Amino acid sequence: MNAPLKQHLIDPEICIRCGTCEETCPIDAVTHNDDNYVVDAEICNYCMDCISPCPTGSIDNWRIVATAYSLDEQFEWEELPEQEELANDAVGAASLEALEDEIDALLAKAHEGTGGKAVVPASASKPSVNLFRRDHPAVATLQGNFRLTKDNVENDVRHIILDFGDTVFPVLEGQSIAITPPGTDKDGKPHDSRLYSIASPRDGERPNTNNIALTVKREPDGLCSNYLCDLKKGDQVQVTGPFGSTFLMPSDPLANIIMICTGTGSAPFRGFTERRRRAMPDAPGQMLLFFGARQPDELPYFGPLSKVPDELLTKHLVYSRLPDQPKEYVQDRMRVCSAEVSRLLQDERTHIYICGLKGMETGVDEALADICRADELDWANLKPALRTTGRYHVETY
Amino acid sequence: MIDAMTVNYDTMIPNNVGLSEDRRVLKALERWHPGYIDWWKSMGPDGFQDAMVYLRTAVGVDPKGWAKFDYVKMPEYRWGILLAPQEEGRTIPFGEHYGEPAWQEIPGEYRAMMRRLVVIQGDTEPASVEQQRHLGRTAPSLYDMRNLFQVNVEEGRHFWAMVYLLQKYFGSDGREEANELLRRRSGDSDAPRMLGAFNEETSDWLSFFMFTFFTDRDGKMQLESLAQSGFDPLSRTCRFMLTEEAHHMFVGESGIGRVIQRTCEAMKAAGIEDPNDIAKVRALGVIDLPTLQKKANLHYSLSLDLFGSEVSTNAANAFNAGVKGRYHETKIDDDHRLLNDTYPVLKHVDGEFKLVDEPALAALNMRLRDDYVTDCAKGIKRWNKIIEKAGVDFALALPHAAFHRQIGEFANISVTPSGIILSESEWNASRGEWLPSGDDGDFVQSLMVPATGAGEYAGWIAPPKMGIDNQPGDFEYVQIAA
Repeated sequence: MNAPLKQHLIDPEICIRCGTCEETCPIDAVTHNDDNYVVDAEICNYCMDCISPCPTGSIDNWRIVATAYSLDEQFEWEELPEQEELANDAVGAASLEALEDEIDALLAKAHEGTGGKAVVPASASKPSVNLFRRDHPAVATLQGNFRLTKDNVENDVRHIILDFGDTVFPVLEGQSIAITPPGTDKDGKPHDSRLYSIASPRDGERPNTNNIALTVKREPDGLCSNYLCDLKKGDQVQVTGPFGSTFLMPSDPLANIIMICTGTGSAPFRGFTERRRRAMPDAPGQMLLFFGARQPDELPYFGPLSKVPDELLTKHLVYSRLPDQPKEYVQDRMRVCSAEVSRLLQDERTHIYICGLKGMETGVDEALADICRADELDWANLKPALRTTGRYHVETY
Repeated sequence: MIDAMTVNYDTMIPNNVGLSEDRRVLKALERWHPGYIDWWKSMGPDGFQDAMVYLRTAVGVDPKGWAKFDYVKMPEYRWGILLAPQEEGRTIPFGEHYGEPAWQEIPGEYRAMMRRLVVIQGDTEPASVEQQRHLGRTAPSLYDMRNLFQVNVEEGRHFWAMVYLLQKYFGSDGREEANELLRRRSGDSDAPRMLGAFNEETSDWLSFFMFTFFTDRDGKMQLESLAQSGFDPLSRTCRFMLTEEAHHMFVGESGIGRVIQRTCEAMKAAGIEDPNDIAKVRALGVIDLPTLQKKANLHYSLSLDLFGSEVSTNAANAFNAGVKGRYHETKIDDDHRLLNDTYPVLKHVDGEFKLVDEPALAALNMRLRDDYVTDCAKGIKRWNKIIEKAGVDFALALPHAAFHRQIGEFANISVTPSGIILSESEWNASRGEWLPSGDDGDFVQSLMVPATGAGEYAGWIAPPKMGIDNQPGDFEYVQIAA
């Protein structure tokens, strides 16, 4: 069976036939008839050169298809077809989270815990995906590299700021970027790319700066993490992405957001929180954070987090290695807060996000099941209902 | 606030023409710049010079990084000088120099002709900013206000582009012309702008959308023909300008589309089936479709006049010289010299309209106008789709090319939109059926109430299907200064 194709399409309802895309395309993949401008699936190589110059935004549309829509079909369209339902075995892991299969596979693995096809929240902003690829990466400059964990602990987690200068690299909170460590492996092949969640909001570390932040843990023998953690100010880094089209925050100010994380899994939630603080500080929707670490000195962003006002974010910082204290994990604290969690689970505006190590999934899942059971809710039914409405998201590594 | 004395022009003016190594031109632009800023402040968008506007700034010509979106105060916009990349070995694609290497400097014999073309193009850029300067106060949404200002600053950038060519390639004459461009004013009785259509104030948003659809489209066609020029810097300048011009087309086409959408929705909701029941439709606070037709008739006919006489020696000379080509010249399959070809020109002969074969070289204005009409017709087709989809029984149409013309073959005859020739008095008696009347203007004006809340839209226009730069519906595109 042929692998499914990610087909680049132009929305004929929004396009004004200005021809900019056809002019821009370096390999003549765009053509037109009297009615529509269309992309030839046999030629398009996803270089994305046409995306930014389009004055209407009609250019940035994608469908996963078993067989590509032909030029003749596209010429006849008055509107874009819906994403067709493909049999699961036909689609496999293919998604529009990334156009590069290598990255798509990484994200599919990270989203496995969602329990099915990940669905974007209804009110999320439209993401740009894969504007930069391995053969045409963006070059960012390291602007800052700060240790987040205290010096007295072994765990070295860093806040790394990458500046894009004049390069346009639009991101949304919850998206990731990929970094390929320089050099080659023992077989002389380039290293695999590593994915990192973006820890800053869409408009940069400070409003209207053209940079992104990452939360990176130095892994013993970790090729890419050591490369990143050792970077000095002014060093240049090759970046691809942005990636991810489902693990995004709702824009609806009424949406409640429950965020559950450990360690560097906090990165996207730093972006979520800061986004809401900047864009809608008086949003009526609640934000709830369950954040686990061994001890405060190892909890990334402990200082800044303690300054975030409780009206914006209800914080549950949970520690598993405090001296003279019983171990507490995020799922334990969720159970303590079961009344509130249960109330939120019954609100159709609530979105749940889980991010961190794979190991946390089971515990959190069981806690949610227990909380539901106590209130005569059925987690086994609720979870897929949340997922298919874009309100349940898991990204674990 | 920009201090004109201490501006670092090297970083101030994003450019890919090596400005910092070109002392003479850099100096000329430095001298010109304060006058430009004065002009922008006195003739640019009235009342919004301190507002933070979410604008696209062209910063390079690489498709990936060509534009940046950010909040900026308009007087601090970075008006750059950007030319499409030079094509290795480009040759002149038409005229008597067909196939020769493109010129990097202007041949002496074509200097005057070229200067006139650049000056006319350059004159329209500030003119439209002047025409539109009061519109910000009645914007139907922050989204539309932002689009207006985007169009304005980009017309400003196109002004810079033309001034750069004048300063760089036309010596002291060019310098003088650049200053004259700052002196003329739209609608000024002493020093008006050069073309008639650019001396009328754009009085309301419907006119603005019609202007960007019909009149800016003439600009697009002119740029397309200049983009073919044998004078390579002019060609490269115009090619890059077209990337921005596309946004202006978008504002016009989607703007009218949204007006139509809103009108049709309101009619359906109120159960009005007859689109010609103008009083009932207007009572809903939306613009009736017959009035839209009249506005289209007006702006279309004024824009056709901008193409000049159908048969023109000037056009023939400019083509022959390799200075101004045809729309999509390089995609046309012929000898690109046209010495022995003919082209059918619509004329008024013995009381009827006939296609008369004229020498193709002389008929180039006609040909460009035909390309323009085809382009307009596609937009009309899209608008009609919206009406059809809403289930309203009405169709917009382009009027006959001879309707309401002041220039060319049909300047002296009175013709209805369907192409029937009338006496002048008959025509005048029915004028109000085809062109907007004072009452129509008053009605449209009465709807021009600003909507300045984020995500808020005036009642006569539908929100767009998509935000600018993928922004959400309630994005604050303009932060109006307190």
